[in-house]
Amino acid sequence: MTDVALSLSGLTVSFASGGGRVRAVEDVGFELVRGETLGLVGESGCGKSVTSLSLLGLLDPDVARVESGAARLGEVDLLRLSERELSRVRGAKVAMIFQEPMTSLNPVYSVGAQIGEAIRLHRDVSRKEARARAISLLSRVKIPAPEARVDAYPHELSGGMRQRVMIAMALACEPEVLIADEPTTALDVTIQAEILALLSELQRSMGMAILLVTHDLGVVAEVASRVVVMYAGRVVERAPVEALFARPLHPYAAGLFRSIPPIGASQRGEARRRLPTIEGVVPSLRELPRGCRFEPRCPERRPRCAEEEPPLTSQGERDVRCHFPLA
Amino acid sequence: MTPLLVATGLSVHFPVSTGLLSRGGRVVRAVDDVSLSVDAGETLAIVGESGCGKSTLGRAVLRLVEPTSGLVRFDGVDVTRLDQAALRKLRRRMQMVFQDPYSSLDPRMTVREIVGEGLVIHRLARGPALDARVGDLLARVGLPRDAMSRRPHAFSGGQRQRIGIARALAVSPDLIVCDEPTSALDVSVQAQVLNLLVELQAELGLAYLFISHDLKVVEHLAHRVAVMYLGRVVERAPAASIFARRRHPYTEALLSAAPVPDPGARRARLAIAGEPPSPLSPPSGCAFHPRCPRAVPGRCDVEAPALTDEPHAVACFFPD
Repeated sequence: MTDVALSLSGLTVSFASGGGRVRAVEDVGFELVRGETLGLVGESGCGKSVTSLSLLGLLDPDVARVESGAARLGEVDLLRLSERELSRVRGAKVAMIFQEPMTSLNPVYSVGAQIGEAIRLHRDVSRKEARARAISLLSRVKIPAPEARVDAYPHELSGGMRQRVMIAMALACEPEVLIADEPTTALDVTIQAEILALLSELQRSMGMAILLVTHDLGVVAEVASRVVVMYAGRVVERAPVEALFARPLHPYAAGLFRSIPPIGASQRGEARRRLPTIEGVVPSLRELPRGCRFEPRCPERRPRCAEEEPPLTSQGERDVRCHFPLA
Repeated sequence: MTPLLVATGLSVHFPVSTGLLSRGGRVVRAVDDVSLSVDAGETLAIVGESGCGKSTLGRAVLRLVEPTSGLVRFDGVDVTRLDQAALRKLRRRMQMVFQDPYSSLDPRMTVREIVGEGLVIHRLARGPALDARVGDLLARVGLPRDAMSRRPHAFSGGQRQRIGIARALAVSPDLIVCDEPTSALDVSVQAQVLNLLVELQAELGLAYLFISHDLKVVEHLAHRVAVMYLGRVVERAPAASIFARRRHPYTEALLSAAPVPDPGARRARLAIAGEPPSPLSPPSGCAFHPRCPRAVPGRCDVEAPALTDEPHAVACFFPD
């Protein structure tokens, strides 16, 4: 298929833990289509950030190891590239933005210098041209007075403006794929709404694919077209966003949606009503259940679930990892 | 009925040093002339974005920061005039639960010491009676009794927040100021903590001053809501009333910006221009006027609107 921008399959990542190794991510895969936003969701420790960091070789090599898998971007497999080859791909073909722009920006250089450097790393242009391009990028991400802001330092900008600068840097070489890891989590809702709108607009004009890693189901509902749900290192459900939210097939996804305080409760006189919860806690990666990883907490569990881990199986346009998916 | 907590004209101004040679004199009005009341057994939610002053307001009510002016009465007692000894005594009835369950618990203390500290300070229990009471509190918040001998690092974020709640409950308070108590938690864990807060309120008649930026959580929990912008309350109403009809344009922007977990509901937003102004140099007139789609030149940039009377109070010259 020609319109697949990035195809990940069979990704397994292990971490050193105690004397041995644990698998933080196991057999994770998805296809990211050109021009679409794919949401990668799940709660703390489910492996969503490990998945996105491994795509760009950003895991700490002292503790993390990619055991298997392939991440095809055109002709190359990102997981097989050397650090030197990766640095050529990073920024040029795949770019990434993070939750906290302050930690990714260098405090001692102006934002113009940093955007310029990102451009000059991949393109043979003069300093002057790079600066002019930085100004046009700042204006493209709707930073007011870009000619003046190009000389500003990160600490002189608000959190929302810093995230815009990060986006400008990420877009400097018009990447095919943008990985956005919790890009609006640290921002206020009115600023979040603007950043999400900006990303959608840039995506439409540049045709790039976005992998949106987030814990926020509201954000996913707003911007993603398809969603991958992870639990304890596994993909448990993969589906178009409308289908998933209308009728989750995996009991974990269903439990997650039910635990969100419902909109409009105050109008229906239903405020303070007991929220459905998922009993128990996420299993430790050191002591994963033998069968389905959600089995100990699952309201639908049956004897088979404790014995045998279900495979990810296709149900029309969606996939679910469950022996007894919800009807 | 007299409200449990009444704040009148409460202000907290912080002096700002603007440089080595500055003479001072500049202040940030973190909280500016805020009045509110909370009844026994009621939840008043304070909502707003970073820097609006909501956390400072919560701390000023407990005098964890000193108010610059204004009055706080708790059960008829003027909190702002109490000396330290009297204040300590009153704190038995006013407790706080913090946002970050990692930094708000001392990692060197055992859970017994953390939860029992208030009981010891207020001489409410000691020895075996203290252990029994701590055990009961842990059981009440859904933790095993043997959690007592462990330290915070042995617990998950949700469990730590339960420890923080047990600590607040230990001294049998009437009011708990909750500062974003679930924003660091995953959604499934958040649901468990929200259920616990609702149960405790029903059971013990607790009042909550609930500070949050999460409107879904606020709609679920609050009886009444106050919206803050740049240190001031811009709208205040019963929850059902404010979620049905937002009268202040900032409230409308805030509510329409919140993402809804329903892909069918992607909708038009009331876009507001720009970012919140710096509290160091607040705009003239209504602080929201530079971003407001309804602002009328000559009026909104000149004069600050006062908060109208209850039940659905709004500080706007052109409310909806």
